[in-house]
Amino acid sequence: MSVEAVARPDDLMGLSEEEYDRILALLGRAPNRTELGIFSVMWSEHCSYKSSKKWLMTLPTSGPQVIQGPGENAGVVSIGDGQAVAFKIESHNHPSFIEPVQGAATGVGGILRDVFTMGARPVAILNALRFGSPDHPRTRYLVAGVVQGIGHYGNCIGIPTVGGETQFDASYNGNILVNAMAVGLVGADRIFRSAAAGVGNPIVYVGSKTGRDGIHGATMASAEFDDESVENRPTVQVGDPFTEKLLLEACLELMATDAIVAIQDMGAAGLTSSTVEMAAKGGLGVELDLDRVPTREPGMTAYELMLSESQERMLMVLKPGSEDRARAVFERWELDFAVIGTLTDTGRMVLKKDGLTAADIPLKALVDEAPLYDRPHVAAQPRPPLDPAHYPDMPLGDALRKLVSGPALASRRWIWEQYDHMVMGDTIGRPGGDAAVVRVHGTGKALALTTDCNPHYCAADPRTGGAQAVAEAWRNLSAVGAEPLACTNNLNFGNPQRPEIMGQLVGCIQGMAEACRALDFPIVSGNVSLYNETNGVAILPTPVIGGVGLLADLARRVDIALRRPSLALIVLGGDADAPGWLGQSLFARQLMGRDGDAPPPVDLAAERRAGELVRRLIGAGLVAACHDVSDGGLVTAVVEMMLAGGQGASLTTPPFLAPREGAVNGWLFGEDQGRYVVATEAPQQLQEQAAAAGVAALVIGTSGGDRLTVDGREIISTAELRVLNEFWLPRYMGAPAAHG
Amino acid sequence: MTAAVIVFPGSNCDRDAAVAIQRLTGEKPVMVWHRDSEIPPCDLIVIPGGFSYGDYLRCGAIAATSPVMAAVRRRAEAGTPVLGICNGFQILVECGLLPGALLRNASMRYVCKDVHIRVETTATPATLGARRGDVLRIPVAHGDGNYFADEATLKLLEDENRVVFRYCDRDGAVTARANPNGSIGNIAGICNAERNVVGMMPHPERMFEPELGGTDGAVILRSALGLAA
Repeated sequence: MSVEAVARPDDLMGLSEEEYDRILALLGRAPNRTELGIFSVMWSEHCSYKSSKKWLMTLPTSGPQVIQGPGENAGVVSIGDGQAVAFKIESHNHPSFIEPVQGAATGVGGILRDVFTMGARPVAILNALRFGSPDHPRTRYLVAGVVQGIGHYGNCIGIPTVGGETQFDASYNGNILVNAMAVGLVGADRIFRSAAAGVGNPIVYVGSKTGRDGIHGATMASAEFDDESVENRPTVQVGDPFTEKLLLEACLELMATDAIVAIQDMGAAGLTSSTVEMAAKGGLGVELDLDRVPTREPGMTAYELMLSESQERMLMVLKPGSEDRARAVFERWELDFAVIGTLTDTGRMVLKKDGLTAADIPLKALVDEAPLYDRPHVAAQPRPPLDPAHYPDMPLGDALRKLVSGPALASRRWIWEQYDHMVMGDTIGRPGGDAAVVRVHGTGKALALTTDCNPHYCAADPRTGGAQAVAEAWRNLSAVGAEPLACTNNLNFGNPQRPEIMGQLVGCIQGMAEACRALDFPIVSGNVSLYNETNGVAILPTPVIGGVGLLADLARRVDIALRRPSLALIVLGGDADAPGWLGQSLFARQLMGRDGDAPPPVDLAAERRAGELVRRLIGAGLVAACHDVSDGGLVTAVVEMMLAGGQGASLTTPPFLAPREGAVNGWLFGEDQGRYVVATEAPQQLQEQAAAAGVAALVIGTSGGDRLTVDGREIISTAELRVLNEFWLPRYMGAPAAHG
Repeated sequence: MTAAVIVFPGSNCDRDAAVAIQRLTGEKPVMVWHRDSEIPPCDLIVIPGGFSYGDYLRCGAIAATSPVMAAVRRRAEAGTPVLGICNGFQILVECGLLPGALLRNASMRYVCKDVHIRVETTATPATLGARRGDVLRIPVAHGDGNYFADEATLKLLEDENRVVFRYCDRDGAVTARANPNGSIGNIAGICNAERNVVGMMPHPERMFEPELGGTDGAVILRSALGLAA
């Protein structure tokens, strides 16, 4: 029978006709349903990176600090003294839109497993969240659910959720973004990897039982939404943080022995991808007896077993003879433990069920022969800059009130107070600052952690936006005094089969690569989430960067709080003579209704000079407080410093500004890049060092009093600012939620 | 001074408690596994925070029936000081060593933040080193910390001076605004009639060194550990 003669199934499970033909050619026969399901998930965008891989390969991923780059469950970077930090960010966008509590919770669970699979004890969680317009009827329900889901998982497992970001924009109305980052600590010589080794070695399944939940989740996550997408609820998995806690402790306990050859968590595509990845990386084959897989219910088929995305499961290859020791550990933690197969030298994945062969696929076909696409892409049209002559003469106080009390800048306290951000007893810098600071347990060192992205910059100019996301993460780490080490990226985009979307992806990656190189800030892990579209409308391009830095001495760190009066306020970095760049700023978008201008340019050499200077000044004890300048510009940075420390501030505009309110607005709300506001008792010393480093240092005012004044004008009291800033989110969430 | 820390599979503040105890006393506490039915000789038993057995049922309800809690009960009845923190408080209430119940927070949301609590009595192991009326700043982190008891029980608690801590503002005023969870009478901690068993929702082990933002929690831990002058 010729291959062409086989009738093809009506449902190709998300694969294209050409991809199905490729399977026929690779197998030399038609796949059965189980095999087709396996190809479908392994070749899904989510698992294969078939649209993005060509471009991901261009990202810098190495450096003397890097122990493990992309390709494992998480990246690993040295922090000296034989210690290392493992981290990764991952999206759970599609499931969180369909079922926010469980979608977000299992996103956290999945990324934690990625980190402890490396042998690391997770010590912190961050989240980068994007929701639709606050006016959209589903937004409040989604915010409430996502925050509850993230909170419950982290709170219960006992790992602090220490930072992140939350933004609202109508482009996310039909596709929210839930990106979770986990960070763990591991001995540099105690890192576990996933490549299987040793023909005949037992393959062991541990953790929760397998049920019929999340079947085809990876396929769902690789498709656009339409009006019926919420009907996909059965593809969303259900999280159990208590079981994950048991799995975490049991795995780390077994990892302290020499029993484990390789380990891989069961995340997207469950038993399929974990088996395939381990065996393929080891260049081996595998035979599984699916009758031995612990199941939640009887009668599960091979197809269901292989495609279930039940959570809190792990696959390991053990050294022969260590099964009993391993079993004892998992039984003590009351978890399932089953030897379900062996490694073979066949290069094939053979699955047995009820004594019959349920699937037999060459592993190469699933991995090496997976389709790769060089999709057509068009670059975004360059936008013209916004002419400062058009900066509006809106009264400064009104503008500030609107922005500080609006969805973009309003305090996120309502969110992070629902997260246990202190458990584990090492949270030194709590949420609300530039970067969270988490002590390396039992030492005087600390990790600085942040997530960043400005999707509006990315939409206006993907390359600049991609570079800016990296630069801002790097800047946030520098702003607490930490040396930036490396980062992880989460690329959230629309449908890559549309050339303009692919153009955004390519441009953002190019910008990221450029910035990572210029700042020696390699990308060591990451995740790509495409098809974030509903009925043909895509999200803003949102390449989130999760940054990790090291504070060698946590006593030498600063935060954003202005705690004392009479400190000089100095802007470090940027161009001291610039009028302020309002294009794509919060001011322009929210108060001028403009989103068509060019974003502020990113000067990576200047960025690096400024950041290195700031770290040096903090290390020398010359800085009392520091905050990077980002959304909302200079005045927003100062206001946030005032609110954090309870002091007022008096600012003076530079003499070169035109004598009109528009010019003042441009200077105060402009989002020129590469800048920090520092508070210091030693302004002269600081200016001297800045001059020596070739970094602009402009004195803009002093701390003190109970209000903000600009050029002697009283603008607003600190007390009123606090009310405005704290009011919006609780009030918004307090109104009844519209469900479904 | 020997302390024991009870460890359920879902405890997640057991290490934090052990670290704080070791830092304050110079000695590691004994960690006691939930399946153990005996607790080694010790001068203080700490039941730490967390989610004992997942707490998908009422918080602490299953833990209350565990082998180790039978041992805790025997030791408590014999007079050993017991300090239950957060989930530990919930477990002590569930197993009847302390009266009342801990309901879902009135906001229906988990809350993690620093609060102020006022010391209402110094006649407990956890407060003998404090002064009545002291205001301490200590974090809470819970979803079910809304203390409730019927009128008769409340009257008994008040009459016997068994409310150990109340949520208050920074000046010590007991106000509705200062109450993070809706607890009746702003109750943050209570003790048993014999005064050796104390349960509290706030986490003193999270505020015992300056790096963590304050040292007020050490006042309570030092008292419980017999280090108070």
